[in-house]
Amino acid sequence: MADTTLKSVGGFLARQGILVAFAVFMIGFALANERFVDIDNILGVIRSSAILGVMALGVTFVVISGNLDLSVGSMMSFSTIVVLDLHDKIGPELAIPAMFGMTLALGALIGFLVGYLRLNSLIVTLGMLSAIHGLTLTYSGGKNMDIDDKQGTWFGFFGQDEVLGMPVPILIFVLLAAVLTMLLAKTPFGRKVYAVGGNGVAATFSGIPRARTVFFCYIISSFCVATAGLIQASRSLGSQNTVGQGLELEVLAAVILGGASLLGGSGTVIKTVIGVLILGFIQNGLLLIGLEFYFQYVVTWAIIILAVWLDIAVKRGHLWSPIA
Amino acid sequence: MQKSVLKNHAKEGAIWGFIVLELIFFGIAGEYMSMTETAFLAPDNMILLLKQSAPLGIIALGMTIVMINGNIDLSVGATFALCAIVMLDSMTWPILAPLGNWAIPFAWGLALMTGMLMGLINGLIVWKTGVDAFIVTLGAMLGFRGLVFMYNGEQPTFHLNWTMVDIAESAPLGIPLPILVFAVCIAVVWWIMNRTVHGRNAYAIGDNREAAVNAGIKVGPHMVWNYVLIGFLAALSSITFYSESGSVNPNDGMLYELWIITAVVLGGTKLTGGRGSIIATVGGILAIQLMRKGLGFIGADTAMVNLVIGSILIAVLYLDRQLNRKGEEELKI
Repeated sequence: MADTTLKSVGGFLARQGILVAFAVFMIGFALANERFVDIDNILGVIRSSAILGVMALGVTFVVISGNLDLSVGSMMSFSTIVVLDLHDKIGPELAIPAMFGMTLALGALIGFLVGYLRLNSLIVTLGMLSAIHGLTLTYSGGKNMDIDDKQGTWFGFFGQDEVLGMPVPILIFVLLAAVLTMLLAKTPFGRKVYAVGGNGVAATFSGIPRARTVFFCYIISSFCVATAGLIQASRSLGSQNTVGQGLELEVLAAVILGGASLLGGSGTVIKTVIGVLILGFIQNGLLLIGLEFYFQYVVTWAIIILAVWLDIAVKRGHLWSPIA
Repeated sequence: MQKSVLKNHAKEGAIWGFIVLELIFFGIAGEYMSMTETAFLAPDNMILLLKQSAPLGIIALGMTIVMINGNIDLSVGATFALCAIVMLDSMTWPILAPLGNWAIPFAWGLALMTGMLMGLINGLIVWKTGVDAFIVTLGAMLGFRGLVFMYNGEQPTFHLNWTMVDIAESAPLGIPLPILVFAVCIAVVWWIMNRTVHGRNAYAIGDNREAAVNAGIKVGPHMVWNYVLIGFLAALSSITFYSESGSVNPNDGMLYELWIITAVVLGGTKLTGGRGSIIATVGGILAIQLMRKGLGFIGADTAMVNLVIGSILIAVLYLDRQLNRKGEEELKI
């Protein structure tokens, strides 16, 4: 009896390992520096994680469907540059929908290539990473993009303002996370995403439209990227061509940290949010206890591997891999 | 059997056909659109192209092995930068500094050991934990880059030793040293993959890991050796490049892994492992380098190069799929 209790407690700890680790980190940081639990600090961390987080929400869908998206970073640069450029040309009211349209078109292209043509998503999005970067550079002529009249526009709303005391980026992040959670957990579409990622062959034989499901996962991903680009553009009202460079791998790190398997079929939106917050708070906490900024990368390395290892170890019942 | 061998040869040949097309195109287009007097196909220009292909090419050889083995390594760009820092900085250490020029071989040795150590860490984690290689090396990419930044902050690390620069810039028999290093690496790696037990086992493991285990192949040690090898090659690439320039930025080598994987895939190596060829990877690297240089030669900017290479990668993937449609892989739905 006691043994089974122990086992189930152990099982719970292992299953929720990432949450436990998160809690331990938080308590440790809070004891080390009381500024860490200051409400302003917490809001600040979430706010600065919001852009990464919004992108991670979309990538979660793609990963659950059993694919990868390495193009989100350069796609985010594209959205940011386009919306800043169009802001001065056709005004923000038209620039925002136009930017969303263009970004969704890119997402549709990737969705078509991966979903309908069934090309390998790693290579397709690797190619798109390069191609979209080229597109952005062509569009901007390689120059930084700035809004001319930074004082006289309401465009800064999405990145800088607060509503009811909450920064708008956080509100967007929370709202989008809530909507996408509903979509993934409560709708037939969400179940199809899991089915396609879990076992594509079985899903096909069950009459689930694999191609269409994957296609819409990339549409969702590009919608999230466009939203992230909007926040980024609005926050700085000016941008370089490479603003999103390298984000694709950080996004993927957050999604994996949240427990989504790269093989597809597992993961949730909430877990991804936790993954994003862990990355954000650990970065912040390490800075507050006085460690060098770049040390966070080394810690992230260890955390990613430990998190996934723990997950696998619980599933197979052995700590070490059985491979000879 | 005969037919499939023929088909494999045809597929390996495709990349070289593409290179010939590129040469013809840029040779002709260069006549009309170039800003300079010299021809694109001038021997000097071609030698420069080979020399510039060497750093990425040397690492790509290692990536081919790792991918044939069924794994991947996303951390090579960071390893590349880390080895450069160790090499340049170690020459100023109190132990090595008094040695003068004799510090060079020690610095090189330390860089190679760093690369191998990084590969060993990745390999052991992949083997012992059973975590997917993609995740392990994605984490390592962040971690190694963190080490690079912790070394010297955002400052470049530099050390100029003219003897080292002379060695790196030397050209025995009229061929620049980086090309010779690249050539030797191609030969050695080709030999490993085609003439040794280790190479044959690497193919077998990538093709069907379970069958390899059942056949009594020690899967783990082979994977670790391949990671050590790619770490070694990343360090060697770093040495050939930074011995000449003598200065490394902490951002150097970023996105190298993506260029390298692009080249390896263009060369026809399967992401799922089990298939791939060293020589075809060399073709892939040359094709990319020709494209970058050729487009630059006829006046296109980086934007166009990125756009074209990205599109070609997807097109090749599509064509490869179409050509293999009747192959065994399509049995899977």
